Amino acid sequence: MFDPKELKYTKDDEWLGYEGDIAVVGISDYAQHELGDLVFVNLPEVGDEVVAGEAFGDVESVKAVADVISPVSGIVEEINEDILDDAALINEDAYAAWFIKVKEVGDTEELMDADAYDAYCAAR
Amino acid sequence: MKLIFEKSISGRGQDIFPACDVPEVLPKVELRKTTAHLPEISENEMGRHYTALAKRAHGVNDGFYPLGSCTMKHNPRINEKMASLPGFVNLHPLQPAHTVKGANELISGLEAALCEITGMDAVTFQPAAGAHGEFTGLLLIKAYHQDRGDFERNEIIVPDSAHGTNPASATMAGFKTIEIKSNENGMVDLESLKEKLGPHTAGLMLTNPNTVGLFDENIMEITRLVHEAGGLCYYDGANLNAVMGIVRPADIGFDVIHMNLHKTFSTPHGGGGPGSGPCGCKEFLKPFIPGLTCKDGKEYTRAEKSIGNMTGFYGNFLVMVKAYTYILTLGAEGIPAASSNAVLNANYMQEKLKDIYPVAFDTTCMHEFVLCLQDIYKDTHVSALDVAKALLDYGIHPPTMYFPLIVHEALMIEPTETETKETMDEAITAFREIYDLLRKEPEAVQACPQTTPVLRLDEVKAAREPVLKYKFD
Repeated sequence: MFDPKELKYTKDDEWLGYEGDIAVVGISDYAQHELGDLVFVNLPEVGDEVVAGEAFGDVESVKAVADVISPVSGIVEEINEDILDDAALINEDAYAAWFIKVKEVGDTEELMDADAYDAYCAAR
Repeated sequence: MKLIFEKSISGRGQDIFPACDVPEVLPKVELRKTTAHLPEISENEMGRHYTALAKRAHGVNDGFYPLGSCTMKHNPRINEKMASLPGFVNLHPLQPAHTVKGANELISGLEAALCEITGMDAVTFQPAAGAHGEFTGLLLIKAYHQDRGDFERNEIIVPDSAHGTNPASATMAGFKTIEIKSNENGMVDLESLKEKLGPHTAGLMLTNPNTVGLFDENIMEITRLVHEAGGLCYYDGANLNAVMGIVRPADIGFDVIHMNLHKTFSTPHGGGGPGSGPCGCKEFLKPFIPGLTCKDGKEYTRAEKSIGNMTGFYGNFLVMVKAYTYILTLGAEGIPAASSNAVLNANYMQEKLKDIYPVAFDTTCMHEFVLCLQDIYKDTHVSALDVAKALLDYGIHPPTMYFPLIVHEALMIEPTETETKETMDEAITAFREIYDLLRKEPEAVQACPQTTPVLRLDEVKAAREPVLKYKFD
């Protein structure tokens, strides 16, 4: 799992971490809490292109469906099949249940560090 | 309570046919090899089963039903009376046109009335429900652009406050959905719109009044900008009940519209009967409309560049009979009066509740309004869901929850024009008592409902592990 303090965040509540050159993307604990119990996840396929600022998948709870926006541009290296089978994993630990790993990272969205993101959430 | 299959006992079927005493002559087609799994139960037991189910349900007949965005108004009984006339009920869609002149006259009359209400020039009744109407309208937009030789326009702009059906219909019609933000007043953000408009814009889908119950004051500017960019404007008629006979969508720049007869025009919905989502358009889109129409009482014709058929035949005809009855019953004075009263009722409830439940956008609303329970939730951990569940104990159907998505902990209330002040006052009292309880004893509200046939259902398990059919041994 990733340390939330070490991650960067988007205004749309995705987190971004790195494993070497590979970008790892998930949704924040705030986001999973706002959405409530998640029931489905849609992810791209390995090899798909993702674009910074554009949706690459979505998450569905009993309340709502929300797009998941990519914080980076690049090519999908790996997807987390576990969350496709059991979306509840995201509710259990949003920083362990990553969504996609991205290689050939190009553009990056404007991001916040953990403190700035906490302040952003507290103000909502 | 037992399922009907659990009540089934082999040999208790209602089969009254005698044994076949002539040779069976069946067409040479694939036939099923095993008999269908139908429950075997006496007529008496079956009647009781469905009556028991009906008693456990909540309809407009049972009590207040302020389900936002759904327009759960009373369905006048005269509609049913007209729709059950044998001359309508016993028609066959393949009858020659000259034998169904009355039905065709009714369709034409309803079309004329809806054109008058919306300002459009033609209406097709093929779409079987609202989202189907959206899909039809988008196909008209697509056909229009392609007919002009413009194949670049593959984007439909949809605000973030839209009904989920809008992006879904756009996707189904082969468009890419481009989302634009709402501003702090809940309206379309004009700068966000301008940024997204361009040579790929096929059109804009807009609900006005929008899903937070506000009439977008920039509407003339919005439709002008879309037209200047070469796009068309689609009016989602979901909230037409706020403005019928008062604002005509065509006059504020819309080119295509769908209406929900099963909401705005008082035909039953929500399990009560099929929907009908007619799609209206301006003159220049008429060549593309789907299905067959009969104008002269003699023969059916298809529009020159028709997009094809959206459904079999003419749409849900008996629903059209009910809607036409409603329009003729209310007439030119009654239609706008219904909308005015819908708006008045919503504002009455909003005013009586907003001191304790904050409204998402504190202004005069149209036919519905949205409460934001986010601060209440932060203070008490009582959510919009909990308040909705608590209303069940008062015999009130909960408002729409967690929609629109731009409001957190949302409760969206649409009383409609057919509720009395007394009914609304009872609901206001219920809301206020629940508020008092959630401040004093939040756990009590979290434990609601207590008096319903079933208590809290496990919605998460139902979504994650749905059982969609009976498992036979």
